[in-house]
Amino acid sequence: MGFIVFLLKRILGLVPTFLGITLISFFVMHLAPGEPMSLQADFNPKMTPEMRQRLRAQYGLDKPLYVQYAKWLKGLVQLDLGRSFSPDRRKVWDKIRERLPVTILINVLSMLLILAVSIPLGVRAAVWENSLFDQVTTVLVFLAYAAPAFWVALLLMLLFGIEWNLLPVSGLHSLMGYEQMSLFEKVLDWSKHLILPVFVSAIGGLAGFSRYTRSSMLEVLRQDYITTARAKGLPERVVIYRHALRNALLPLITIMGLSIPGLIGGSVIFESIFAIPGVGQLMWSAVMARDYPVLMGNLVIVAILTLLGNLLADIGYAAVDPRIRTGLQEQE
Amino acid sequence: METALSSTPIREEKRWQKTLLDLCSNPLTISGLVIVGILVFTALFAPVLAPYDPQEIDTFHILEAPSSAHLLGTDGLGRDCLSRLIFGARISLLVGFVAVGIATAVGTVLGALAGYYGRWVDSLIMRFVDIMLCFPTIFLIMAVIAFLEPSIWNIMIVIGLTGWMGVARLVRAEFLSLKKRDFVLASRICGASDLQIVFGEILPNAIAPILVSATLGVGGAILTESALSFLGIGVQPPTPSWGNMLTEGKDNLEIAWWLSVFPGLAILVTVLGYNLLGEGLRDFFDPRKKR
Repeated sequence: MGFIVFLLKRILGLVPTFLGITLISFFVMHLAPGEPMSLQADFNPKMTPEMRQRLRAQYGLDKPLYVQYAKWLKGLVQLDLGRSFSPDRRKVWDKIRERLPVTILINVLSMLLILAVSIPLGVRAAVWENSLFDQVTTVLVFLAYAAPAFWVALLLMLLFGIEWNLLPVSGLHSLMGYEQMSLFEKVLDWSKHLILPVFVSAIGGLAGFSRYTRSSMLEVLRQDYITTARAKGLPERVVIYRHALRNALLPLITIMGLSIPGLIGGSVIFESIFAIPGVGQLMWSAVMARDYPVLMGNLVIVAILTLLGNLLADIGYAAVDPRIRTGLQEQE
Repeated sequence: METALSSTPIREEKRWQKTLLDLCSNPLTISGLVIVGILVFTALFAPVLAPYDPQEIDTFHILEAPSSAHLLGTDGLGRDCLSRLIFGARISLLVGFVAVGIATAVGTVLGALAGYYGRWVDSLIMRFVDIMLCFPTIFLIMAVIAFLEPSIWNIMIVIGLTGWMGVARLVRAEFLSLKKRDFVLASRICGASDLQIVFGEILPNAIAPILVSATLGVGGAILTESALSFLGIGVQPPTPSWGNMLTEGKDNLEIAWWLSVFPGLAILVTVLGYNLLGEGLRDFFDPRKKR
């Protein structure tokens, strides 16, 4: 019961944040010097003041701001984000929808990679505090924090793609002969193309999560119940993985939620380097072409995805923390 | 009374010496300081240090590998990479200071307001922080940049205005705990105004964590600028920035490895320097780690 109440409260709490996200996006859109449509109009030599006025009316730009906002919001709820300024004039939502799965796939894969590598790493570093292993991990973490992801991507392309010719460096699958491949070969082909992008997008997270796991573990290992567990003669493995790690992982769930925007933001970089047709690449080309409807649609959709990701993290937290699960203690 | 007065300056000086000694006893801090020092020096004396004009095109020496004439090789227009790298340090230094300066100022003011006044001011500001944190920073920056001229100054301002949320949370937390202390109460009883209490009493006591987070923020700002410049929406050529030098590296990846390796290394070392300095300062200010 407590869990359901908690969930409802959380979801209700998202409403003002959601409205805030749309307000900020709408505000950014109206930062445009002149108007979003002035670009179109300026390039048309036959544009007369009357036509401009008609165009303004057609886009609803002659109405007061709050009416425009309400109209835009109504469109957003129905996933109607307007049409792209690019010559194809396609619906913005269609453009985003066909690119979302790729971006989500890569981000989920890199999140899995981050968890699979950094948690064991962080646990070992904490258990063997100040050992050589701990020190080497710390140095690696510092380097990973400071290395620009796009530069690492370039170096990996240089080594794996060009020097050793081991991995493909662009696109999601081979262009030649892809149609003739069997299902297994297709999966293999995709995997080979995804290795570098997934690794590059995971670097920052790998460093962050190893560090958080380590400090969270150190904190937990100092607790009395760990001493108790050891004192009653439990094997070290059980103490570390069952008693300590479970508690150390709790704060990590929140951090996972918080790291989602950074992860998605990274898509812009690796998608443009590895020529992957995802949301990040769409965003980049929209900026280059000043395609404002696509730009704003992207911004809003990505922020809403982040919001949902945070909600998932909250639910995950509540599901593993008995204090919240049973409603004994409210968060915050 | 006399002796007490006369001894104060000496004690003060000794305390400073000890502080400096403490700060310098940490190898992390030292290496950070050295790296940042080199960056500042390079940026300030770029025209003296650079062997060539960074924008001088030399069509007879295009894409030459590192040699004694051009230590780090030349780029697609025959420009000397070392000279461009040296001038690029100016962009990194500037971006770090300006962007983080803006972020720290905005974050400190909003965090102080939220922490000091509490109630609806707090809820409003913190809700705003939550909303801003939902946007992937780079998406937000790109959306704003699309409307502006991609100049260095616009980039720095936008990076600053999208990076203040962490500072705001930090300052708010500091204010929440500090405003209940006795010395704040005392100055309120003495009739100090809100402004005096916030800036004269509480803020000076919250400087240490703000300084640490600002130092650590510089690295992030430099990384963001280089990524934007790399994507072609940051510092525009021909002005050399480490990020836009890497764009050229990417375009010539198969024939000129040196164009990709060195600018990235420069970014790595610089960001590492700021991060080390920040960590060193954090340890230094942490009372639990006091020797």
